Amino acid sequence: MASMLLTSLRSSPLTSVQAAQFAARSLSTSVHLQAQAKSKKTLAKPGVKNIVLVDGVRTPFLQSGTTYADLMPHDLARAALQGLLNRTGLPKDAVDYIVYGTVIQEVKTSNVAREAALGAGFSDKTPAHTVTMACISSNQAMTTAVGLIAAGQCDAVVAGGVEFMSDVPIRHSRKMRKTMLSLNKAKTLGARLSLLGSIRLAHLSPELPAVAEFSTAETMGHSADRLAAAFGVSRLEQDEFALRSHTLAKKAQDGGMLSDVISFKVPGRDIVSKDNGIRPATMEQLAKLKPAFIKPHGTVTAANSSFLTDGASAVLIMSEEKALAMGYKPKAYLRDFVYVSQDPKDQLLLGPTYATPKVLEKSGLTLNDIDVFEFHEAFAGQIMANLKAMESDWFAQTYMGRKTKVGAPPMEKFNTWGGSLSLGHPFAATGCRLVTTVAHRLQKEGGQYGLVAACAAGGQGHAMVIEAYPQ
Amino acid sequence: MASVRLLVTRSGCTALKAITARTHVSYEVKDNVAVVRINDPTSKVNTLGRHMQAELVEVINEIWGNSAVKSAVLISSKPGSFIAGADLNMFQACKTAEEVSYLLQAGQKMFEQIEKSPIPFVAAINGSCLGGGLEFAIACQYRIATKSKKTILGTPEVMLGLLPGAGGTQRLPKMVGLPAAFDMMLTGRNIKADKAKKMGLVHQLVEPLGPGLKSAEERTIEYLEEVAVDFAKGLTGKKVTVEKKKGLMQKVQDFVMGLPPVRKQIYKTVHNKVMKQSKGLYPAPLKIIECVQTGIEKGNAAGYLSESENFGKLAMTSVSRALIGLFYGQVACKKNHFGQPEREVKKLAVLGAGLMGAGIAQVTIDKGVATILKDTTEEGLARGQQQVYKGLNDKTKKKSLTTFERDRIMSLLSGQLDYRGFENADMVIEAVFEDLSIKHKVVKEVEAVIPPHCIFATNTSALPIKDIAAASKRPEKLIGMHYFSPVDKMQLLEIITTSKTSKDTTASAVAVGLKQGKVIIVVGDGPGFYTTRCLAPMLAEAVRALQEGVGPKKLDSLTTGFGFPVGAATLADEVGIDVAAHVAEDLGKAFGTRFGGGNVEVLKMMVQKGFKGRKSGKGCYVYGAKSKEKKVNSGAEDILKSFKLTAPPAVSADEDIQYRLVSRFVNEAVLCLQEGILPDPVQGDIGAVFGLGFPPCLGGPFRFVDSYGADKLVQKMKHFEEAYGNQFTPCQLLLDHAKDSSKRFHK
Repeated sequence: MASMLLTSLRSSPLTSVQAAQFAARSLSTSVHLQAQAKSKKTLAKPGVKNIVLVDGVRTPFLQSGTTYADLMPHDLARAALQGLLNRTGLPKDAVDYIVYGTVIQEVKTSNVAREAALGAGFSDKTPAHTVTMACISSNQAMTTAVGLIAAGQCDAVVAGGVEFMSDVPIRHSRKMRKTMLSLNKAKTLGARLSLLGSIRLAHLSPELPAVAEFSTAETMGHSADRLAAAFGVSRLEQDEFALRSHTLAKKAQDGGMLSDVISFKVPGRDIVSKDNGIRPATMEQLAKLKPAFIKPHGTVTAANSSFLTDGASAVLIMSEEKALAMGYKPKAYLRDFVYVSQDPKDQLLLGPTYATPKVLEKSGLTLNDIDVFEFHEAFAGQIMANLKAMESDWFAQTYMGRKTKVGAPPMEKFNTWGGSLSLGHPFAATGCRLVTTVAHRLQKEGGQYGLVAACAAGGQGHAMVIEAYPQ
Repeated sequence: MASVRLLVTRSGCTALKAITARTHVSYEVKDNVAVVRINDPTSKVNTLGRHMQAELVEVINEIWGNSAVKSAVLISSKPGSFIAGADLNMFQACKTAEEVSYLLQAGQKMFEQIEKSPIPFVAAINGSCLGGGLEFAIACQYRIATKSKKTILGTPEVMLGLLPGAGGTQRLPKMVGLPAAFDMMLTGRNIKADKAKKMGLVHQLVEPLGPGLKSAEERTIEYLEEVAVDFAKGLTGKKVTVEKKKGLMQKVQDFVMGLPPVRKQIYKTVHNKVMKQSKGLYPAPLKIIECVQTGIEKGNAAGYLSESENFGKLAMTSVSRALIGLFYGQVACKKNHFGQPEREVKKLAVLGAGLMGAGIAQVTIDKGVATILKDTTEEGLARGQQQVYKGLNDKTKKKSLTTFERDRIMSLLSGQLDYRGFENADMVIEAVFEDLSIKHKVVKEVEAVIPPHCIFATNTSALPIKDIAAASKRPEKLIGMHYFSPVDKMQLLEIITTSKTSKDTTASAVAVGLKQGKVIIVVGDGPGFYTTRCLAPMLAEAVRALQEGVGPKKLDSLTTGFGFPVGAATLADEVGIDVAAHVAEDLGKAFGTRFGGGNVEVLKMMVQKGFKGRKSGKGCYVYGAKSKEKKVNSGAEDILKSFKLTAPPAVSADEDIQYRLVSRFVNEAVLCLQEGILPDPVQGDIGAVFGLGFPPCLGGPFRFVDSYGADKLVQKMKHFEEAYGNQFTPCQLLLDHAKDSSKRFHK
């Protein structure tokens, strides 16, 4: 019935369509009517609220140790939140809830969401919590927001994520911590002195956080190299993909496509308004680099991996009714999403392969229906391995229990404004960037459906289907 | 003897095929690199047999004749096996030492040619690279190994009473240094890939891959080949160097080893150590030292000659035959001869969290089977759970397990005090106190809660299974599983069937045991089954010897001097004097005076005084002190004095005492075969060696009778019989063998 109505309404002027929508909803029906440039059906489901992305912003993503070096994580998060307020003109007290992602925790601000929200001037009556799920932390923040709205508990939620790699918590050794904690409890001077006397040189060696799996003790780069080798991805393919990412990012940056980036006046420094990791090089330059993890015969290098990045992102998510009531013109619908997980050793970075067919199935779509793909590029080798896995019937049958492959996205629709390899990858901020980019690309390119997919440490993954909001 | 892994095929003899179609070795040229692939189509592992060797020589000659080939890669197409060693059948078929030596010289020559090859050879190793396989690899110019758990390098020949006979004794010392080479060759230990890299045994490591567009195993071999081809090209282009930069320590060590007096001292020290450990009963280690020494001091030619000649001699020794017999026996006892059980055991319950129960639980969860560990008290349960945790945690310290894997394994263990979950159990193994009435109570309790298909196994070392089964409503589902302590270290499992035990129950018990990594013998029911029954008369004789004034230390040295890894007095302490007393009394009642000898009261008195063996801190010896030197327990000596017997001089020489102990063991073993408790001599030998520490160099009681001569043994026993009576009466089967020398237990 929806499609019949849709057909009859397609030629109507926009305003009347929206009026019709309101009318329809006010009659307490969840059938959602909308006009589309293409004849694809909408993904609205009966009994499920329409949830929209109103807007999304991010701070420029900078290589760690550069301009943001002296900040703290909540400073960056605050910048993104303030940026979102500025961009949307959202009244500060209109937000029901804030969910924020982070991976490497600054211990002083363990609930960074709350600290950043207070600092950004949100109402102190707006609760905030922090989520963590490795590289898909802000995806988790957004889907948490979707859940809150879908359950009818909130109407307007801000989600986002921050990562700050210029400073990471480096701890004293366990032995030293134990001594220091006992020192607190020691009552007499003698007891204190004997504890101090027990400190040995070995106590002083610090514990550094590693980008390594706790379960397998393997660093992610090492795993990526093995994954690339497992799928027979050559060094050349990886370098080519890395170069593609940088080239496309440069083009997007120069062409003003990266409109989600806000300017940020860094205290004591200049205004930052551009990502600084985009560096298109030549294939020869890339070929010169030595492998970074598996030596000497590995294929993953510093240039075909994402680099350590500082950055924060934020999005405003609302129920469609609320957005429209507040006079917003939403950018996209957030539709079905899935989380997946698999073997953290040999399939650590195959999240997109597992998540993509699952979320498509949920939405009743095929790969061909998708107009815009945004995949998180952890490593060029990881992307290529995922594309090969998605193209393999054998892999789908043997490891995913599926009858056939889902197929690999066509490259002309894939990460065409650059990706994590070139724009940078502040772990917990990337998810919002992917979703906002999909919304913007759908608007720009006139597509209807977009797909976000990402891998994450722990052998987990995520995918979400995004539908363009009728223009 | 614990881990002979030199796997063997029976393929070598069928080597008379047309030369044109090569079946074991193939090669292709990729980018001027000849990739030589080894794959024995008749076996799961590759072995160097006549056929394989012939094809290899052919292929290598072709490669050398091909001017387009600039380097070569040697790789196996089998997942999990590079080359697992030489084909043992090839040597066993030889009649003389000279024949064996000749065979080896062909191998030596082939490897020497490879070593001196005009083009570099890269050995790409994935899986077992043992014995002849390792010797092949170290003849190559470069070695790359995968870090797979299956990749092991080593020279296990010594465990078969042999030596690395294809250049191993000559090349290894140069490659890894004298001390490490001796360690490898004299212990036969398996070396993992990363250790091998540190030692300088391999040049490069390759990480095993996960699944991609092919299975993980297949792709890993492909990847290994790709990497090896790259290195082979690098070697030709001089981009890769073979020589490793030597650290300061290495340089110092090399300098010191260059001094003849230092080397002499090393040979001497190693020789003494070997003599101390082997008591001179094993010729192979001494020959290994001799070969290494000859090679270093007199040059390669002399070294190779010494190696091949000594190998030939060793192959003809009874020790080597015994060890090889054990190896085959072990392989046979790692198979399920009772077929596939109807149901796989997916959930197991262990009753009693004592030393045994916890040990059984540990080896079960270790293999991924969910296990309930039930005890009656919280203290008992906590102790048992801690034992399991410690067992696994020790593995993480040795890095054979990650902490994560440890946690995953531990998650399969459910410690509890009640019978919750027993309704889903497929098998229950009880390891409660050895008391018939307690066992009966447990049988009844458990049978009330388990499902009909569930098997009830009882872990007992002496109680007849049919007596325990008397309390069962379903005796066809009841079986004995006799584990040895400590369960996670001892390889043997003795399974005992009663006349009522169903075949499927047996098949299932064997399947579980195999999963737990056990070497299994399946024997008939009776007091003491097989192992305990053999051990009891020997311990009775040991007590008599002690009463006759042979001190515990003397007794220990006599037994270890005969080849037992643990002396009789120490063994009694390890087993527990209380257990020994219990068993001696029970079996004494069952078998009468034949099991007499020492006075059971000696043991009882010791138990009364609290001398229960190692577990109580005192037995024949005093334990607990940190010093390594064990002290004899003077309290025990006093007891022995009060039971003093006069030693009959005619049968009390050292050798007499040794044979008194051994002949009673052997006679009882043969009697078990005669009575049908034992199904065959092979299981008898395996049970005695793996469960009781019967001298491995003798190959087990049955092989011992064959090699020593039944007639000679009967003679000795008759001599003892005159002094002591029916304890030394040879059984009928032994007499039959004595009468007819053509009768042998092993063909």
